[in-house]
Amino acid sequence: MNSTEINELSIIACKARLYALEGIFNAKSGHPGGSFSAADIYTYLYYKEMNVDPANPQNPDRDRFVLSKGHCCPSLYAVLAMKGFFPVEELPKLRKVGAMLQGHPDMKSTPGIDMSSGSLGQGISAACGMALAGKLDNKDYRVYTLLGDGECEEGQVWEALMFAAHKGLDNLCAIIDCNGLQIDGTVAEVGGLEPLDKKLEAFGFEVFRMDGHDFNSIEEAINAAKAVSGKPQAIIAATVKGKGVSYMENKVNWHGAAPNAELYEVGRKELLETLAELGGTL
Amino acid sequence: MAEMVVKATRESFGEALCELAKTNKDIVVLDADLAAATKTSIFQKAYPDRFFDCGIAEGNMMGVAAGLAACGKIPFAASFAMFATGRAFEQIRNSIAYPNLNVKIAGSHAGISTGEDGATHQCIEDIAIMRAIPHMTVINPADHYEMIGAVKAALEHDGPVYIRLGRLAIESVNNNDDYKFELGKGITLRDGKDVTIVATGLVVREAALAAEELAKEGIDARVINIHTIKPIDKELLVKAAKETGRIITFEEHNVIGGLGDAVLSAISEECPVPVKKCGVYDRFGYSGPAKELLEIFGLTAPGVAREVKAFLGK
Repeated sequence: MNSTEINELSIIACKARLYALEGIFNAKSGHPGGSFSAADIYTYLYYKEMNVDPANPQNPDRDRFVLSKGHCCPSLYAVLAMKGFFPVEELPKLRKVGAMLQGHPDMKSTPGIDMSSGSLGQGISAACGMALAGKLDNKDYRVYTLLGDGECEEGQVWEALMFAAHKGLDNLCAIIDCNGLQIDGTVAEVGGLEPLDKKLEAFGFEVFRMDGHDFNSIEEAINAAKAVSGKPQAIIAATVKGKGVSYMENKVNWHGAAPNAELYEVGRKELLETLAELGGTL
Repeated sequence: MAEMVVKATRESFGEALCELAKTNKDIVVLDADLAAATKTSIFQKAYPDRFFDCGIAEGNMMGVAAGLAACGKIPFAASFAMFATGRAFEQIRNSIAYPNLNVKIAGSHAGISTGEDGATHQCIEDIAIMRAIPHMTVINPADHYEMIGAVKAALEHDGPVYIRLGRLAIESVNNNDDYKFELGKGITLRDGKDVTIVATGLVVREAALAAEELAKEGIDARVINIHTIKPIDKELLVKAAKETGRIITFEEHNVIGGLGDAVLSAISEECPVPVKKCGVYDRFGYSGPAKELLEIFGLTAPGVAREVKAFLGK
């Protein structure tokens, strides 16, 4: 990927964080930490990788994305809006009564959302169903799903992984956003997930690693995963929770909390500075 | 008259799937390692490419069904009622019902007539659990013919449906040639003016037999078969309440949250007459042959007649 492309993607991701922060601030609730760790991955998938058409969001041949860690939707909503699935004017109304944008993804109210999610562990099963449907219909679409590392403590995730490998769903790619934190502390302290790569391999997945904030690294991993046949793929994404807002980075208390007015301005200013450095504008 | 059939509704379910799959190419069937018991094995043999055993992982199976439905398939996901509605309640609630996806859930081995397996497998809460979920339709067929009609109606309905399946072979009650299954419509099997017996599932036939015995003793009981517990036939029940003044309900389910409570809710605003709820009285079952258990729990014709007489003070 050339530097111009990287710059363009970085601008989209930065704006996604700005919109997400504004929505969460307005709602006085939401999940900034995981929204920010995943923002670059959403950006890459929707702007570089996935075959989707905002004018025809239900196209049966489209690639699918299931946000299994549904609480991290604010920045996904922003990426979908910028991509053209719905007006960006919806973004500040996040979580408000009557808003299109629910606290967790609702496929029936939000164009571009392929699956309702929010209860952890469930999205990856739906992604398996979508991949299976693709196989049944001989379609060549791919299904991406993003999980949290904390989410992998749910037993259903492992049921789904076993299912995907057993059914040979090589059109399925599970990305695990490993930001290392969950509500009660670090994933290492609370859940004991490691060695994640060995577990995924043992469950029949081809495993890749990437830096979830480096578009070249993301591209390399996604392309390597796409080249695999006969097995589903998992990509372990090293990320920083709260990425982009200094006081939120790697801080567990920003998992699911909205900033107050003062901190909102601090965060917004930082992101606007980043955006200006990239040559972008809101 | 159609032929009287002695068959478990799970078997009728498997047969119905095969029949409908001939013309509907979107039907796919999922099971969780119980295909031989839920009788999805009948479909598996006929359509191996459209059958997916998900292993002993009911939560994942419901999620997979949701994903298939999101891509236009019509999945029928089967397990024992206990595990489908109990283990996978939240997957059904959040991944299927909330987005109103077109998934049909079949819960087999429902009720105490599961028999020898005992309390852990005798689901007496499934109707209550499924009724409480928005968007969900709940059907409990009484016999072979009703199951055939119910599966077809479930297929024609766009949205999640729960269908209750029984293990025990039972004699059919809907043998009349003009039998027609209409989703949400109760069936009056016998008219009467003294009391209305409302039953669902395998107790329907017992209720009809009980009413014949009661007639010999001068009690004129109306018998209503409620196969669709949600949405329930409010009009028919209110009419029965007005015309007979009393209702007694029978179900192979806990008396909390099932048919009895659905009937109470249906009549409470417009015609709140005395209602007696009969079924499993908030207790667990235990091992034993199904027919013995049904007798002990008062869900055979003599039990129904006994309860009706007690209700009427006779």
